[in-house]
This record gives sequence, structure tokens and C-alpha cells, in this order.
Amino acid sequence: MATVRIPPVLRAQTGGQTEVEAGGENVGAVLRALTAEHPATEEQLFGPDGDLNRYVNVYLNDEDVRVLDGLETVVSDGDTVIIMPAMAGG
Amino acid sequence: MATGAQTKQQVEEIEPFEAAAEIEGGNVVLIDTREPHEYQEAHLEGGKLVPPGLLGDEIGAAAPDKSARTILYCRSGNRSHKAAEQLQALGYEDVASMAGGILAWQEQGLPVVAATGMTPEQRDRYSRHTLLPEVGVDGQLKMLNAKVLLVGAGGLGAPTALYLAAAGIGTLGLVDDDVVDASNLQRQVIHNTERIGVPKTTSARLTIEALNPDVDVVEHRLRLDASNIVEILSEYDVIVDGADNFPTRYLLNDASVRLRKPVVSASILSFDGQISTFVPFEGPCYRCLYPTPPPAELAPSCSANGVLGVMAGTMGTLQANEVLKLVIGIGEPLVGRLLLYEALGTRFTELKVRRDPNCPICGENAPEIADEDLGKFPDYDAFCAG
Repeated sequence: MATVRIPPVLRAQTGGQTEVEAGGENVGAVLRALTAEHPATEEQLFGPDGDLNRYVNVYLNDEDVRVLDGLETVVSDGDTVIIMPAMAGG
Repeated sequence: MATGAQTKQQVEEIEPFEAAAEIEGGNVVLIDTREPHEYQEAHLEGGKLVPPGLLGDEIGAAAPDKSARTILYCRSGNRSHKAAEQLQALGYEDVASMAGGILAWQEQGLPVVAATGMTPEQRDRYSRHTLLPEVGVDGQLKMLNAKVLLVGAGGLGAPTALYLAAAGIGTLGLVDDDVVDASNLQRQVIHNTERIGVPKTTSARLTIEALNPDVDVVEHRLRLDASNIVEILSEYDVIVDGADNFPTRYLLNDASVRLRKPVVSASILSFDGQISTFVPFEGPCYRCLYPTPPPAELAPSCSANGVLGVMAGTMGTLQANEVLKLVIGIGEPLVGRLLLYEALGTRFTELKVRRDPNCPICGENAPEIADEDLGKFPDYDAFCAG
């Protein structure tokens, strides 16, 4: 199981939780597990073609999955997946 | 032949306070007629060193205009008097020697500048900096000579400006077209209740001037756009991004990369903050990190969503820390690192940020962008966060 960190803007869609446990072999599967449990997050994370939305950054531990294998990036037990859209507030 | 006593009467002598008044009025050429080691120890600000033995050779360069008001000084008034006589003999029309020299000047409480470039007041004010081996006098001088632009004089800009001013950053530019509102005071600590309704840049300037008169505050009471950003940014060494909207952040990124200006960028919302430092071509740029802005519903503003006031302080002071490191040239700025702070758990997380080889702004094959296209996106529809 991996821990998925939910950004402030998605917490409403996860019932206020800041962290959700989700299982999956790779990042894509973990995120799908998340959207299965909290369907309201699906639209924010994935486009109609099933690809991760360009404006959402996803990190496996401390690396952006785009420099790894994208949604195919292998996830190990105890890993953290961080979902991070940009924030503009100043 | 005139005797010594007679020639002393011919050269005009003025008191230090008179010299000070004239110097303040401007249009005075001030010549220091001592030896280099004396000059290093302390001299009058603006004084040009022309040692007595080199007077004939060097006065022409130091004082090219023989009709200009020329005041000479030395340690106690003797050497400058003799030098003044020599200048008169060379055809200088309006010379004076300062009676009592720099000794009398200091006795009268007038300020001098040391070779270190700091006045005694500054050496006292910044002593806690100069004591640090990593900073020292050199580091403090770098701060005093630095020009930092703060985009946004609000949540992030407020604490950043305060600490940069306290540190002695010589020039602080502030960009903000807003006025102080009561709801700002929950976090924008550079303003106060009396300033409600006052332009933020003016309010900030007043606070900064009271804190540290060494700082020159430049108010840019406007919104940055493609037509003004290049000119404004060019004047500064380091930029602080404390904007509250995406269009400005992307515009700032594109312009700062083109001008090769480092940007310290932070953002806050509810209990979360992010900060990174973008040094063009050495590390990633903002677009490498966030290629596309999110749609509006994923990017609420603080006014819509709320923010714990102190978040501005935490992230703003982290920004100030980054700026000081860049200016002094010490430590490890957050280049290629995104620091996340979560206030409820008081937890910091560090993520890696890489340069995107295909970045349309800083990638190897990035095209040149026209001024009016700075901050824009090729697919305009995608850019709708607004």
C-alpha cells in the first residue's frame, strides 16, 4: 500500500482527508484506486483520454513521475504519492 | 614673493559645517589631499583622493573643471591649504580649504566613510551580520549594494520586504497596484490600521523607511504586463515572486529567464506553502515545474479559500532567506528543489525539480519570444485559469 497525499484543493473530494491509503503496482493504478474510492477526484486528475492532466504534478516520494515512467512508474510498499497542482496565492 | 602668512590669507578657508552644507547642495568637487592609508581608514563621502605628491599629475582627472567649486581637505588643514594654493596657481578659480581637516569634521559630529564602505552607524546596525564569518563586511556590502524587486507587497511581500530591509538590501522595488484593506492586516504585517486605503507600495515604504533608512524603496504602483516587465526587471538583481495570480507568475518567469534574473518564488493557501528558487539555465524554471496552469476551480485564491495568516510569514521569511543567500553568495539556495510546508502538522517535504529539456522557455530548443508574447501559451484555450 502507498500513501497518497491529497492537496488542499482536493480535500473536499476526499471527505477532508489529507492522506489516503491506496494500493497498486504503479502510480497509475494507485491513482485509479483513489478515484475509485473518491470518484469526485477523477475529473481533477485525469483527462477524457485517461492521461494525467498536464496541470497536475504527481510525485513518487520526491521525484516527479514525468522524469520516471509516468503512470507506469512502479510503486513499492510504503511509498508516498504526492498530488500537487500549482498554487498561485501570495 | 608672498610670505607664508600672506599666502594663507589668499586661499579661502571654510569650516567643516560650511563644507558639509555646500557638499549637500551639490555641485562641489571634493578632493582629499592625504595618503592612501589615511583615506582607507576614513574619508568624507564623495571625496576623491589626490595625494600631495601626485597633485600635478592627477588633479586634472579628479577635477577637470577649473571653474567648478572645489573644496580640499586633509587631516588637519595644512596639506589641503598648500594644495589649494597649488590649484590656484594652476588656474582653478573657486577653491577652498577646509579648516581643521577631517579631524575637525569628525569633532563636529559629521559622518565619515571607511574603506569598508560602511559608516560607523552602519557598522553598528549590521554588526550581528558582519560577525558571521560567512557574511562579514563583504557580505554586508553586497547586501547594501543589491537591488531586489518584490512582485506583490501583500502576504508574501510584506514579511520578505521587512526582513530584506532589516538586512540592509540597498534598493527594494515594490510592485503592487492595490491599496491596504482591513482584511489584509491578518497577515500583511508591513501595513497597519492607519494605512487602510493607502497604496500598498507607499505603506510598505513608510514602514521600511522607519525600520532602516539605508534602504531605498522604489514604488512601482502598477500591474506587470508584457509591455512594462522587461524594463522594470532589468533594473534589479534578484526578483521575489509574491504574486497572487497565475498570469503574473508565468509572465514573470518568461521575462526573468530571458533576462537571466533569478526568481525566488513562493505560494500559500490555507495551511500549505511552497517555495523554490529559479536560476535561469542553472536550474529549472517555473514552466519546467508547472507547464500548464490549472483551471480556476483547482486554483482558488486566498480570498476565496482562506489562509492561516502566519503562512505568509513562514513562506515570506523563507523567501527572504533565499534572497540573502543569492546576494551574499553563500549556502545552498532551493535551486532544483521545491520545499513544501504543511502547517497543521508542521511538516516540511522536499521534492526534486528538474529542468525540462523541452521547456518552451528555458529548454535547449526554446524559440525566441516577442515581448508581447511573454507569459502566453501557444494553446491559448488551455490558459484559462485567469
